[in-house]
Amino acid sequence: MLIAILLGFIFSLFLVFTGKVFRGKFAILSAAIPLILFIYFAQFIGRISNGEVITEMHSWVPSFGVGLGFTLDGLSLLFSLMITGVGFLVFLYTAAYLKNHKYLDRFYGYLSMFMAAMLGLVLSDNLISLFVFWELTSISSFFLIGFNNSNEASRKSAITALSITGLGGLALLVGAIFLGVVTGTYSIAEMLNSGIDIGSNSYYSIIVVLIFVAAFTKSAQFPFHFWLPGAMKAPTPVSTYLHSATMVKAGIYLLMRLTPVLGAHELWNSTLIVVGAITMVYSAVHTIFRTDLKGILAYSTISALGILVFLIGQGTTDALLAASVFIIVHALYKATLFLMTGVIDLQTGTRDTTVLRGLRKVLFPVAIAGFLAAISSAGIPPSIGFLGKELTYESTLHFEYSAILLIVLIVITKILLLYSGFVAGIRPFAGKLPERFEKVRMPSPLLWMPPLLLAVTGIVFGVFPGIIESSMIKPVVSALGKDGAEVHLQLWHGFNTILWLSVLTIVIGTILYFLIKPTARLEAGIAKLEFLSPKSISLKIWVWFTKFSDIWTNFFQNGYLRSYVSTILVVLIALTGYSLYNTAQFNINFDKFSKVTIYEAVISLIMLVAIFYTVFTRSRLAAVASMGVIGYAICLLFVFYSAPDLAMTQFSIDTLTVILFVLVLYKLPKYLRLSDYKTRIKDGVLSLAVGAIITVLVLEVLAEPVNGEVSDFYANNAYLLAHGKNVVNVILVDFRGADTMIEISVLSIAAIGVFGLLKLRLKKSDQR
Amino acid sequence: MEVILAILIGVLYAAGIYMILRRSLVKLILGIIILGNGANLLIFLLGRIVKGSPPIIPGDSEVFESIYADPVPQALILTAIVISFGLQSFAIILIKRAYKVVKTDDLDEMNAIDKDS
Repeated sequence: MLIAILLGFIFSLFLVFTGKVFRGKFAILSAAIPLILFIYFAQFIGRISNGEVITEMHSWVPSFGVGLGFTLDGLSLLFSLMITGVGFLVFLYTAAYLKNHKYLDRFYGYLSMFMAAMLGLVLSDNLISLFVFWELTSISSFFLIGFNNSNEASRKSAITALSITGLGGLALLVGAIFLGVVTGTYSIAEMLNSGIDIGSNSYYSIIVVLIFVAAFTKSAQFPFHFWLPGAMKAPTPVSTYLHSATMVKAGIYLLMRLTPVLGAHELWNSTLIVVGAITMVYSAVHTIFRTDLKGILAYSTISALGILVFLIGQGTTDALLAASVFIIVHALYKATLFLMTGVIDLQTGTRDTTVLRGLRKVLFPVAIAGFLAAISSAGIPPSIGFLGKELTYESTLHFEYSAILLIVLIVITKILLLYSGFVAGIRPFAGKLPERFEKVRMPSPLLWMPPLLLAVTGIVFGVFPGIIESSMIKPVVSALGKDGAEVHLQLWHGFNTILWLSVLTIVIGTILYFLIKPTARLEAGIAKLEFLSPKSISLKIWVWFTKFSDIWTNFFQNGYLRSYVSTILVVLIALTGYSLYNTAQFNINFDKFSKVTIYEAVISLIMLVAIFYTVFTRSRLAAVASMGVIGYAICLLFVFYSAPDLAMTQFSIDTLTVILFVLVLYKLPKYLRLSDYKTRIKDGVLSLAVGAIITVLVLEVLAEPVNGEVSDFYANNAYLLAHGKNVVNVILVDFRGADTMIEISVLSIAAIGVFGLLKLRLKKSDQR
Repeated sequence: MEVILAILIGVLYAAGIYMILRRSLVKLILGIIILGNGANLLIFLLGRIVKGSPPIIPGDSEVFESIYADPVPQALILTAIVISFGLQSFAIILIKRAYKVVKTDDLDEMNAIDKDS
């Protein structure tokens, strides 16, 4: 199974080297990858429907309990088959859709990477590896959405999608870690078996909220839904793949997968029902106002996702059954509609529903596909969509709380979805063919076969629901923790409330279709309310955030060295000063200190004068000279306090520095006072404060006892181990010999640098 | 004496920082040198100071028998002095070179690399 998941990654890596081959005629060969995977997963259908669960374990980071554990049960099988099946058709379709595109190989690379990540996501048993694959889908979808990278809108929507889903990914990681801490394992299967009641844990609500953020961002639930319509800038195969069967279903998958772990709790159920209901109604209403085919499909996709969340929120066996069926329904008809849109776009050059009419005369097979998908989306028998709708109504009707309100909402949504399905799937083909489309030609079969195949599958499943009943749906429901549930799919349920609701939906929806024509005026009308939408609000937050960071950055990162130094010093003064204020003792014990002799007093005085002179003189030469005096004074202090080696080094180095300075001094600019009076005062106060803090710090440290362990070691072993009597020298050349060697290398590098700078002769052209 | 040294260290730090905050490159380097001296003295003082007993084992014995100055800070400071010399000499030559190219000593005018001077 690991190979199956990695196949997509391997293939995309392979494309890096053999891209040229797949860019041209052989592009279609890459469709073999999803086909092989589809067949591979299809052979498990038998075993899974017998209730088997196939697991595979590879340890990865065992110390953190993170493993590559894969589980193939009904739920993952359903998703795997959708991912590879729709993937296969999309791969085929792309070969014709992006024929001779400059970067076709790249596109296939991203697509197979995405497919592999998606497979990994639905097969992972471990929450951490699930998170890794989750992020991989976000990243690869970023490349897919922004595939037309020369288009600014396309780049922007790719970034929006990435930041929204990336945000959700972070929430998922934190949620997963919380779950792992609470249950003691990252494996979902082990969580289920552990029997820990997470619902009563005090972290339950945090976990649920984090998981919700992850699922809602990925599955475009209100108020995070706005990245999805934006993502329509992507080439149509991407929209098809991401928004019908894969990417946006990842959130749904996560919710379904965790239903047995976290579900059956008031917070879980009511939040999902409310968010799902808002999303489904909100975006279903939005479809009325769109004229772009892809825009309509985007909003109807969000609405469908809302229905799924709504059903998962109900959490009853009926609702989960309805959700599983509806996932298949939606994947089939939405992929068809997207692919069909792509064909129309490619052949006519427009996706505007206000001008597209009568295309059945020129694109007949596509028209059939569109029609079949439309009736499936409308839930008209004998399509599988009818089954999905019936089950949805049934579970909502039997829900224990406010069933009436919920059924009204779901019926409204379904009516609007029927309308939008008709607008997308039937309207472009109905009516009289305008003159401008008379020359439209039939495209290659690679373009019309995939949508037709999907649409027909939807009808076949509808007529013979037995095909999927025990092989697919039942294992899914049992994977959701409803073992042994009665699953019986059939088209005809007899005359009951649900049937009447269906009839009502279809009648009102059809009337709506004939009454409301998509016009540009309606779209402009809704655009006026745009400022209230979550998209504009988040855009505003975005803008403000950028402005804020702009101000922040420009204030602190202004490019002036001294302002960085000042900032660091102010923080240092504040923190150290505060700490000293709280803890300092200020009891200086003069008895412990050595007496001041006249030599030391004079040296200190000389040093003090030299320091002041260096700072305040206006002559460069005087400043350098008095700096030399400071150095010599320190040298004498070293002599007084038993450090002969230091004194010698300080003496020679100080002399060398002064000589070097004097040598280049007259090549340097005049020694001007550049800053004004105020700045000088400010800097003076700052530096005096630091000096004072350092003095206090020194006195405080001197009051503490000294630990001489290390020094004693060196002193005692200098002769015994290293046979040297000057301990400082022994430390430098023997105990820490390697350090000294590196120090010498540093010096040599500095010397080479100095030499290079001195000898550097700029060419005439470089001299300005 | 320790108190006087502590104050001296404080003054060295203050002077060094004040010079670093100037706009002139020459002053910046002088500031770094002074700050380095202050830091050396700080380490030296914190190792406690002892008069007239350098960390050299007397000729006829193998270990110290009486009190001795702490050798570890001395070794550290020795290294620091030498390394800071490397830094200083490189910096001095660098400003000389930089001045030749950009014709300014003012740090504020050295911000943009592409600005034609």
